[in-house]
Amino acid sequence: MVIKQQILGLGVILVALFTMVMPMKAYAEYGDIVMNNYADAAEMRPAVFPHWFHRIRFNCSVCHADLGFKFGAGKNEITMAKIIEGEFCGACHNGEIAWSIENCDVCHSGIAGMPTQVKGDPLRVSNIATPK
Amino acid sequence: MIMYKLSILMLIASISGVFSLVASAESSNTFNRMLKPQAPANLPPAEDGIHDPESPGTHMLQPPKEAFSGLVKAKWGNKVDWVKSIHAKKIAPRHNASDATSKPIIMNLDIIREVRGSMPDVVFPHDRHTLLLACSNCHTGIFIPQKGANQMSMAAIMLGESCGKCHGAVAFPVATSTCKLCHAKPKAKGSVLKRSVMSKP
Ligand code: HEC
Ligand code: HEC
Ligand code: HEC
Ligand code: HEC
Ligand code: HEC
Ligand code: HEC
Repeated sequence: MVIKQQILGLGVILVALFTMVMPMKAYAEYGDIVMNNYADAAEMRPAVFPHWFHRIRFNCSVCHADLGFKFGAGKNEITMAKIIEGEFCGACHNGEIAWSIENCDVCHSGIAGMPTQVKGDPLRVSNIATPK
Repeated sequence: MIMYKLSILMLIASISGVFSLVASAESSNTFNRMLKPQAPANLPPAEDGIHDPESPGTHMLQPPKEAFSGLVKAKWGNKVDWVKSIHAKKIAPRHNASDATSKPIIMNLDIIREVRGSMPDVVFPHDRHTLLLACSNCHTGIFIPQKGANQMSMAAIMLGESCGKCHGAVAFPVATSTCKLCHAKPKAKGSVLKRSVMSKP
């Protein structure tokens, strides 16, 4: 019995060590933004915004100048209340320019618990996400 | 009989000895100690490590490979050369959210920034930036619109400041394959590198 527990304990330590040594496996598309200022707390999956998909369709200035998105993951403090008023994602995801917001899961498709961050160059110091 | 058994044992022992020697040499002297194998690129959302495969929404998203198949390839970022893809008319991003006919006003002004050391000088091309961005995206939040008025360095870029606000997040990152996109103007002929060591007191 004791031996069994010891083996179990050793196993747990080994698994813990292994996951610590293993690099985080995330091969997200360059420029993807994870937004999780409020989602986790409201028991929704984080929202994931794909830059690559939108930049095929729009110039940067459409969002970052005309619609007023600031540069910086999480900096715009986007909420559903603002979106349904037609701000931020809601300026397009309104059933006219793009599909409307009842498709909750298409935006809220991130893995729960991920911090707000941009999936850019891992060598850019400011891209290293710090959980709040 | 005993000798026979013993010799078999010795054979096994020596073979395993050789193996363990090879194995230990392998573990401390691998050919590539720091070079990481290439990370897989353009994975479908369900396998990219940030989308939850359990979410039905994940499986409705477009796989990047499908979208990128007709675009001009590159070695960096999304593995797409966005500038060339636009110039080759593979994509035509809208300049206005609802008006597909609106076109950006392109400004043709190169700013040359002399670089300390041996690297070619940096050419900042306004044309390719005003194709995508508004003046207000850079002026004056990131750059004062005056040649030479802004401090720039590789260190700042790697910290996400200056050009690094975009380059390293959404626009192409700093990598061996991209140095020359920015460092595009070879140093004037005959310009000699300054040495920091004094030849005579
Ligand atoms: C167009 C994309 C999009 C769609 C569609 C969408 N959301 Fe959101 N939602 C967001 C973003 C972006 C945030 C901000 C995430 C954060 O920072 O935590 C957010 C935040 C939230 C939050 C937490 C904060 C708040 O505002 O209450 C909840 C809860 C939420 N969404 C629920 C929903 C539900 C329910 C639906 C479907 C009816 C939905 N969302 C559809 C983009 C979307
Ligand atoms: C459809 C809208 C949209 C378009 C088009 C768009 N962006 Fe963004 N961008 C966003 C959103 C949303 C965020 C995240 C904001 C937040 O989390 O508050 C963002 C964030 C960023 C950031 C901050 C990343 C960081 O460091 O945290 C940069 C840089 C950026 N975008 C650059 C660009 C560039 C360059 C282009 C054009 C090639 C572009 N964006 C096109 C919506 C857009
Ligand atoms: C400038 C307009 C615009 C804004 C702003 C915008 N989107 Fe979109 N988005 C689009 C269009 C157009 C599509 C494609 C619609 C279609 O397929 O009918 C799209 C599609 C998407 C998709 C699905 C991509 C796929 O694989 O099909 C996601 C996810 C998404 N948007 C998330 C967001 C989020 C999150 C925000 C806010 C942070 C946002 N979008 C803001 C225009 C916009
Ligand atoms: C992507 C960022 C970016 C955008 C967008 C941008 N600029 Fe600039 N601009 C710069 C940089 C960088 C410099 C050089 C500053 C330096 O050398 O310190 C500059 C310099 C200038 C200068 C000074 C030239 C000189 O000779 O002193 C003017 C004028 C200017 N920009 C006007 C504009 C106008 C007008 C637009 C829009 C049509 C624009 N810029 C868009 C980054 C940008
Ligand atoms: C506001 C965002 C932003 C800033 C700041 C910015 N860039 Fe860019 N730059 C872009 C985008 C977007 C592209 C298009 C290519 C891409 O997305 O990879 C681009 C393209 C370029 C290109 C053209 C490459 C080619 O393929 O021809 C050069 C060169 C360049 N940038 C240099 C610079 C330099 C040098 C600075 C700083 C002085 C700078 N950029 C600052 C967003 C930016
Ligand atoms: C996004 C554009 C960009 C890219 C990509 C880039 N550089 Fe730079 N580099 C700059 C700018 C801007 C400066 C500062 C010029 C000045 O002093 O005005 C600079 C300066 C330098 C300097 C001088 C020291 C310093 O920090 O000021 C060296 C060396 C250098 N770069 C090397 C490289 C190498 C090597 C690469 C590729 C791995 C590279 N750069 C990629 C824009 C870039």
